[in-house]
Amino acid sequence: MPLLEGKRLLVTGVLTEASIAFAAARVAQQEGAQVVLSGFGRGLSITQRIAARLPDPPDVLELDVTDPAHLDAVADQLRNRWGALDGVVHAVAFAPQTALGGNFLSAPWEDVATTVQVSTYSYAALGRALAPLLAEAGGGAIVGLTFDATVAWPSYDWMGVAKAGLESANRYLARDLGGQRTRVNLVAAGPIATIAAKGIPGFGGINEGWSRRAPLGWDTRDTEPVARVVCALLSDFMPAVTGEIVHVDGGAHAMGADVR
Amino acid sequence: MASPVFERVSALLVDKFGVPEEDISAEASFEDLDLDSLDLVEFSLACEEELGVRIEDEEAENLQTLGEAVTLLESKGATVKGS
Repeated sequence: MPLLEGKRLLVTGVLTEASIAFAAARVAQQEGAQVVLSGFGRGLSITQRIAARLPDPPDVLELDVTDPAHLDAVADQLRNRWGALDGVVHAVAFAPQTALGGNFLSAPWEDVATTVQVSTYSYAALGRALAPLLAEAGGGAIVGLTFDATVAWPSYDWMGVAKAGLESANRYLARDLGGQRTRVNLVAAGPIATIAAKGIPGFGGINEGWSRRAPLGWDTRDTEPVARVVCALLSDFMPAVTGEIVHVDGGAHAMGADVR
Repeated sequence: MASPVFERVSALLVDKFGVPEEDISAEASFEDLDLDSLDLVEFSLACEEELGVRIEDEEAENLQTLGEAVTLLESKGATVKGS
């Protein structure tokens, strides 16, 4: 039986074919899932067009994760469609340029606040809005994306701080939704050449070092390894895993020095 | 003499992305034209819809100027209907 046979999933954060979320949606469909995407603002029409490139073009709901009315509306639409939800992929983050690219010390609070609201708080907000639907499915799973926030990175700045908050929020969300059997986990991917990554000036510099450090090597253009782990976490094959961060980075996080 | 593809792409930038006509030239960088990464994704999709050729993400990454984009589109066989 396919890994996600009959699963009903919401996948946020699909913008281009290079998006990690695009690969997650594709692999999920190949594994038998029904998928609905969400898009936001200017990107909504892009997501709608990119959706047509998936094996089974899904519907795209409008969702600004900072807008409680949008969160409620998406929950309503999913309830009307399916009555329950088996999984959510949270692949949403944003930081104004003033909070990235070497601006750590100069970033004003309002821009840091935006970064944390979109990239950290939204994880809990999405979880809260969809929790009743996940409960209807017997618990389901929430999977988010982080970039190893235990250390500081060049250029990542306040997005790195937001990701550290996300990693903590992951543990608290796992705590609070565990009672309804919802599993809550993050995937810490190695660097991927997405639009999101391109938006961070100077971030591309870490790519080369990554493949030297990763025992398995690392291809910044290959989203499939990340997508597969996202789907594994959404599946019934990780029933006792929650509050976890799975590194899909070629093993780079476990090395203290380059291996090649 | 501007090629039909250049003319079509220029018209697209003016009509859909609000780029001032006087700013358009082969040498103009996307940064000069005030187009951010999201605009470029949308621009690539619009080119595909209008000209029938796809700019892949990794190709889009290396494009700096309008002239480079037009050269790439033409090398991929972009044609303008009716010309």
